[in-house]
Amino acid sequence: MTNLFNIGDLVRVGDALPPGHIRTPMFLRGCNGTIIKHFGSFPNPERLAYGLNGLPKINLYQVLFKMDEAWDGKGDYADGDTITADIYETWLEAI
Amino acid sequence: MTTRLISDLGGLPAGSIDRSEHEPTMTERRIDAMMILLRAKPRSFWVSDENRRTIESLEPTTYAESAYYERWVLAMKSLLLEKGILTEAELDEKVSEVRSRKQLAKI
Amino acid sequence: MNSHTTDHEHEHDHTVFQKDIPEPKEDWEFLEIAIRELLIEKNVLSAREIQDEIEAWEKKNPEKGAEIIARSWVDDDFKNRLLNDGNKAVAELGFTVESLKLVALENTDELHHMVVCTLCSCYPRTLLGVPPLWYKSREYRSRAVREPRAVLREFGTTIPDSVEIRVVDSTADCRYLVIPKRPANTEKMSEAELVKLITRDSMIGTAEALDQDGQRS
Repeated sequence: MTNLFNIGDLVRVGDALPPGHIRTPMFLRGCNGTIIKHFGSFPNPERLAYGLNGLPKINLYQVLFKMDEAWDGKGDYADGDTITADIYETWLEAI
Repeated sequence: MTTRLISDLGGLPAGSIDRSEHEPTMTERRIDAMMILLRAKPRSFWVSDENRRTIESLEPTTYAESAYYERWVLAMKSLLLEKGILTEAELDEKVSEVRSRKQLAKI
Repeated sequence: MNSHTTDHEHEHDHTVFQKDIPEPKEDWEFLEIAIRELLIEKNVLSAREIQDEIEAWEKKNPEKGAEIIARSWVDDDFKNRLLNDGNKAVAELGFTVESLKLVALENTDELHHMVVCTLCSCYPRTLLGVPPLWYKSREYRSRAVREPRAVLREFGTTIPDSVEIRVVDSTADCRYLVIPKRPANTEKMSEAELVKLITRDSMIGTAEALDQDGQRS
């Protein structure tokens, strides 16, 4: 699939609860972040997990989140601390 | 309603981290080796994603209470059965045979 | 011929030399033996291959990673190549990381990376060997993303609040290798000496490299 996002784009992680093998952690669902890296496109792991070929390939991004975005202050971190996760485009929408 | 995967642990409450080092046992080394041989070329019986999915399909109590390598053996068994490489019947028979052999060895 | 010898005949030659293999106790240990014997009987795998694979993995250890880090400390161009394309750069030193994408993360005075796989135990195994038990533990996987500073304190590592801690959750097929900060007063040290300062934990991000005297700072 063609690349949807550029480095620096603001995105929101989907908050659906689909069944099956999902690689988008719950703690990031519904969170807003910034694209910091585009790794290229890969077969969809949600389908590979069931012996399917996972095609067409989908784009994979590294997304940066502020800690507060995930935890709203309920954690042990400093103001400027961040989290990244590698998230597939099917889980991201532009904001 | 779908709740989180048993393996999706980020942010859940947990205690202190046991940092003790541990020399892998022969059993653990063999499990690692077999997993790689079965998954990698030339056999390519499955991909890592299938392995993760089988671990995620374990009973929640099994996942929570079992050792890391126990989960991998259970996942390996699941996948071998899924792919028709081994059958449940021959595995059950072999486990019994191994148990009685080990029992005899103690006598 | 006693039953003990019969027992060994079922094991491959090499395991006869392992005098101190504990006998299986748990159900899963019996299952491992059963699976292995069946796969060997059916010619799906051979005992030789299993042993060769075990030996290949014994050679993979954090020292390989440390060599890469030491080179990146002394050679800026190599470091940039490592940051740009990890797989290609480590191949220059004779290390192969196939199929998975190796991504190097540089720690600086402003930014400290800490790697975790909250969903399972993804780790740059082909480079660093088997991950420590704690990396695979529920405690680390749960807390690293939410309480990184508490986790670091447990590891005896203090990072000033002014430095950003970036917890990197390895959720896909990238494998992350942290380039710890080069300790002060090490300009005159050789690459081989520098390798000794780079610990496994410093390449995961739960510790910094050892100081010029090889001590925790």
